This record gives sequence, structure tokens and C-alpha cells, in this order.
Amino acid sequence: MEDSSTDVWVTGIGLVSSLGEGNATHLEALSEAGRAPILNETTYRPYTVHPLAPVDFNRQIPKKSDQRQMEPWQRIGVYAAGKALEDAGIAKDLALLQKTNLVVAAGSGERDASVDAKVLETIGSRADTDVLAKEILPGALRPTLFLAQLSNLLAGNISIVHNVTASSRTFMGEEMAGISAIENTFRRIRGGQGDVFLVGGALNAEREDLLLGYELGRNLWSRPFRAVWERREPGSEGGLVPGSMGAFLVLEQRRHAEARGRKPYARLTQVVSDRSRRRPGEAAEAMGRLIRRMAPGPGPLAVLSGACGVEPVTSDERTFLEDLPRLGLEPAIRAYGSRLGHGVEAHFPAGIALAALALGERRFYPPCPSSGIEKPFSSSLDRVLVTGLGHWRGEALALLDRPS
Amino acid sequence: MANDLTDTKGRPVVAVTGLGVVTSLGRGKEENWARLTAGHSGIKTIARFPTEGLRTTMAGTCDCITCEPYSAPALTMAMAGVAAEEAIAESRIDVAAGFPGPLYVATPPAELEWPQRRALYERGADAGATGYRRLLSAARTGAFRDMARLFQFASVADHLADRFATAGLPISVSTACASGATAIQLGVEAIRRGETAVALSIGTDSSVQLEALIRFSLLSALSTRNEVPQKASRPFSKDRDGFVMAEGAGALVLESLEHARARGAAILGVVRGCGEMADDFHRTRSKPDGTAIIGAIRNALLDADARPEEVDYVNAHGTSTPENDKMEYISLRAVLGDHLAVTPVSSNKSMIGHTLSAAGAIEAVFSLMTIGRSTIPPTINYDTPDQEIPLDVVPGQARAKRVRTVLSNSFGFGGQNVCLLLGAP
Repeated sequence: MEDSSTDVWVTGIGLVSSLGEGNATHLEALSEAGRAPILNETTYRPYTVHPLAPVDFNRQIPKKSDQRQMEPWQRIGVYAAGKALEDAGIAKDLALLQKTNLVVAAGSGERDASVDAKVLETIGSRADTDVLAKEILPGALRPTLFLAQLSNLLAGNISIVHNVTASSRTFMGEEMAGISAIENTFRRIRGGQGDVFLVGGALNAEREDLLLGYELGRNLWSRPFRAVWERREPGSEGGLVPGSMGAFLVLEQRRHAEARGRKPYARLTQVVSDRSRRRPGEAAEAMGRLIRRMAPGPGPLAVLSGACGVEPVTSDERTFLEDLPRLGLEPAIRAYGSRLGHGVEAHFPAGIALAALALGERRFYPPCPSSGIEKPFSSSLDRVLVTGLGHWRGEALALLDRPS
Repeated sequence: MANDLTDTKGRPVVAVTGLGVVTSLGRGKEENWARLTAGHSGIKTIARFPTEGLRTTMAGTCDCITCEPYSAPALTMAMAGVAAEEAIAESRIDVAAGFPGPLYVATPPAELEWPQRRALYERGADAGATGYRRLLSAARTGAFRDMARLFQFASVADHLADRFATAGLPISVSTACASGATAIQLGVEAIRRGETAVALSIGTDSSVQLEALIRFSLLSALSTRNEVPQKASRPFSKDRDGFVMAEGAGALVLESLEHARARGAAILGVVRGCGEMADDFHRTRSKPDGTAIIGAIRNALLDADARPEEVDYVNAHGTSTPENDKMEYISLRAVLGDHLAVTPVSSNKSMIGHTLSAAGAIEAVFSLMTIGRSTIPPTINYDTPDQEIPLDVVPGQARAKRVRTVLSNSFGFGGQNVCLLLGAP
């Protein structure tokens, strides 16, 4: 690296998902090979989701009035953000919070499914539909919850609850939101445009409106649960299983972290991205160009794959990964979505978080036994590649290592 | 001569070489500028959907752009496309191999509207289910893939990335009503980092939809002066009663001054500085002492290494809500001090309404045109000055004035504040 003082360190991690909350819980759950994923296969049948583990939101969002102003995706995100700040030793340090930049990857807010259902039912039975919608909606919509539906209000709530105020930017675009958030933060730190950042995203998978958004493009897995690599069944287009999760990181310039005596989990050394138009094979080609641009040295390479199970992109990723040995790389692949589900906007940040956790422990996660593609990893863990292929658009890679 | 290609901090100077705009006043820079400086209003009674019984029945819809079939994202894309085309054409940059830089798009969050939900509901009729189960059964038929392509959060930026063949991953950003300014800031930062010589920044918004109108209405954010829509948006007036929703798009070609000079491009202005500060007070209100807004303005000046006295004109956020206009005055007063008394402050929103995600970009375009044409657009409908906001709002009529530096303010719900300092070439 040309200038180690502007290295990007991961100094805080905040995770909450179906596996539970906190770093130790995630390490433990993911270190146990063959442990069954946490699923809800009934509520949204034929769809499966990974529900959020029970979480006491009061611990990060003490005011009930704040909680009432949020929908679950925001509570999940604000909670995870608070955990990351706490982990990095920033929480409640107002001077430091005032110089902490906030970067959020967000989708939509949530709709009130029962209100929507009622409106649709009434519309169906009346001819004057527009007037009707107007009669119903003004009474049915809660004013404050409009704010819970705006993408940038996850960031707004994080500022209000945790007092992060230096700057605030929200990226959108499904998986590309998470990629943009991580990549833009990485570049700002490397470019001296900020010292310390809170970056991440959140997803509430237990939402019919969210399921609808993805099913419009036939992106949901609707058969009995399979790990992401095993959804390429005959007659199926694969599909994703959404997972509730909040994943936030504190990314910090090395010099800044050292000055306040913080040790990193890991160093984020490279983030690269692109967008192919996804004609057949293009995603794999784009990923091939990205890894060549990244040019990791040969040898064993732990890979946390963000594969989501949607086809053909998951097969494209497989092609890309199976090609890595030609670059002298010996990949040990783990699709973390098989355990956590797909976090869409939060998925890439979650991958970075899990990579940093593993590097902090110097121990990689065991393979998913049934996958066929995930091989044991016995080398010493000194670097992790995180892949991010959006289910529709976006290709990205991030490389983390252990700081010297 | 010292190297003027870098600023006082040694960063590449960021020039603007192309501008494009679409608003309720019309299509393109010339039509907009003519009507803006003539003090015309683009606000009218909504014809897109029936408004009977609603508290607010007017908006600044962008009727000069049509798209078939109509939908909010389709119009968002169409307006952005028109603005970007104008900006790229003006920049005369070589696009034979695609636009030679990244794309930053400020766009509203994607959300299905009632026409889409209804279509799904009707299609799912035979499933025997109700509510979302019925919508989901319709989606499972696979007949709605086109809808999916239109209503992803990435859709607008993806469409524009395709159309203009921009480089790399297109970026979609939302900082609510500051989004347009954030899109510009992202481009400026990328050029300053030396990652790219050129960037395309766009803000676009077509949120004039039934439900969005009702929701803003429920927040008591909208003006209800429906009788004469053209007179509803009255920033800084004592009898202002809320903002008017509006549509539009603004686009800027940003370029390192070095790159622009080397290819002999006309320099329309420079982005001297960008400043941000987030508010941690409330979801829709700013801190009573104005800390975050003051901080954002100060940070823009600091970023530009500029003194408050250098500001010749303020292109205000000026939404026409009681709260915003008062806070904006207090904050300007705190930063500019006595200099504010001799600084004109006008609000484009008095004529075009509040274009939400697009506002920061559209108003940056008008700010740069103000510099280029030495004319300040007025604040119209300023019939009843608010004594608590003693500002020179350039009432009623445009004013000829040499303007070298403009402060353009954007403040969003959710407490995201972004200020740009724009300068003459």
C-alpha cells in the first residue's frame, strides 16, 4: 500500500439478524458447521424468509417515542448502527460523533399492508376509484409513518438517536446501494475526505410489500428451502430468500484510529465495482475484469460470497469463482446468504462485517456441507474476498486483510 | 501565473461545462430562464388525477414532457434524460465511446402506486386470496416483469446509465430535499480525488402522485392556497403556509478545470465548495438554534476557503413553509452577519415550486445561470413581507447584478443539509 496512514480500518461492527445480535453470537453461529438456518416457512407461504431474532430495541433506542416513529427496518438499522458505534468506542462521545460521517444503504420504507388491502378491496367494489382512494387514504395513512417510508429516514433516525451528525448520505439501488455505500466511504477515507464513518444498511424481510417488490421480477425462492448454491433446480429460475438483518461498520482512517488507541478487526484494502447489462455471461466477465484489476497475490483465498440464489446471476458467480484457480488463487468459498438470507441493500455491508470478524479471529467459517462448491479451509486466515453481485444489477468485490 | 487548476487546498478545481433543466416552467435552459426572470409561475391545478376533496389541489407538474405509458418512474427518467441531453450537448464533450465519467443521480425512492397495485389486484382475482397474498399471486405469473424493471430503486439510474453509457456503477442517492445537491457533491468529490476528470450529476423527481400529495398534506407541509395556484408559493412572506410539490430535473456536467481547458470547453462556472451537516433534533424540524443549517453553510464556505463577504447572492432553499424560511433566515444571519443586509436572497421555488429530490440540482443550474447572465431571478408573491425575516428577496422582478459567487442551500426532511458555493469561471 502506498500510504498506510490513510489505510481503511474496520474498527467497529454492529450485526443483528436471524442468528441473533452481536459479534460473538454471529461468530459462534456461523462457526458451527451444519447448524440449520433460522427460517419462517409458513407466514408468507410459498415464500420463506429468515426472521429477525428477538431483539430488545430499548437497548439502543431508549426512547419509546423514537421507536414509535420508526418502522421495523429502521429500528433494525438504528439498533445495528448503535452496536457498531459502541463496538468502536464512539457511542456517546459527542465530540467524536460530530465528526462521524454517516453513509446508509437503504430501500423503501414499509407500507401498512392492512391499509393497502382495505383500499384495494374497496376499490374493487366501487366504480369511482380515485375518489375512493382519496376518501380512504387520508384517514388510513398515519402522518408520521410517511417519514418511516422515506429511504433517507433510516439515516435521519440514526442521527437523531445516536447523534451522528458530520454528514449523512443515503445510497439506493438494491444491492448496489450497499456496494456504493462501502465503495464511496472507502474512497473518501483513502482520499482524505473524512476520518471516521458509520456505514451500513438494514432489511426487514418480514414484509409482504417487500416480497411483492422482488416477486414482480420473479426473484423469490418459492420451493422448500435450499442453500443458495442448490437452488439451480430444473424448471426453476432460482430465487432469493430475504433475511432480516442490520449490518453496520465503523470504517476509519488508520491514523485517526491509532490516535485514539483503537485496534482494527481488519483492513479494507480494495473495493471495486462495475455494472454490466447482464446479457448472458456478462456478469461473470465483469467479475473477471474486477478481480484482475484487484490482482490479489496467488495462494489460498477465503471468499465470502454474497450470492443470492437468483438465476442466472448465481451461476454467473459460480463460473467466476470456478475460474479463480486460473489466476493462481485457491478459493475457499462461503455463501453467507445461505445462513443469513439475502439482505439486499444490507448484504454487501454484512459480508464486509463477517469478513472483518473472521479476520479478527484469524479463523474462517466452515463450509456448507451440501453445497458442492464450498471446500474446507485449513490455511492461516490473512485475507478475505467479499463478492457482491446484485440480483438484477451491479458487480463488486472487496478485499480485506489483517493490518501489519 | 500561479497554477489556477488547483484550489487553495491543492485539489483540482471543479468546473461546470454543461447545464440542462426541465421544470413546470418548461423544457430547457432558455425557456426556463426566460420565464424565471419574467417572474412566471409554473404552479397550476393538478390535472393528472382528480383532486376533489383534497386539501391541496395544485402542483408544479411537468406537462411539457410526456411518457407512454405514464408512471412516476417513467416520467422521472424522461425528465432526467432531457436535462442530461441538454447538459451533455452544451459541454460538447466527446461521447462517441459513451459519457466519459460516472453518473450520480438524485432520485425519489421507488414505490408502486395505486394504478400498479390495482392492476396486480385485478390480475390476481382468481387466486381466491385477498390483500397482498392476491398481489403476490399475480406477481408469480411472471406477467409483471416490466413493472419490476421500472420500480426498482436502481431503475432510474440504470436507465440513464444505459442511455448515456456512463462509466461504472451508476449511483442513486437520496438525502430527501437535499438530494440534488448531494449528487453534485459526490461528483465534485470524485473529481477532487482524481478518480475521474468528468462526472454527470442529475437530480430528478416526479413525485406528484395522489398518495404522495396526501402524505405531505397530512404532515401539514403543503400550501392550501388552491384558488390561485400561481400565488400559493410565497417564500419569506408573512402569510406563507407551506410548500407546493413540483416536478423537474436538473443536470450538470462536472469536469476538472484542467480537463475542460485542455479540450477548449466553455467554462460556465466552478463548484467552489460543498458543505454538509446532519441534524439530530427532529425528523421534520431543524434544531431551534439552527446548528445544523449554520454548520452546513459554514462548511461550504470553509470547503471553498471563502469569506462570508464573498457571497454575492443566496439561492435560498426558501420552501415557503413557516418553519424553513424562518430557520434559513436565522442561519444566514448567523453566518453572513451584517453582510446579509446587502446580499440578495431569492427563492426559485416561488415560481417552480419544490422539486424535492431534484431541487438541489435544478437550483444549482439556475444559480450558475445567474452568474453567467448577471441577472438574479426574483422571489414572486412577496406581497406581505415578514418583519421577522428582513431579507432582500428580490421581490417580484428580476434584478441585473454582477454575481461572482452564489450560495445555494438545500435542506431535507430527516435533517440532511447540503450547501453549495458556486463561483464564476
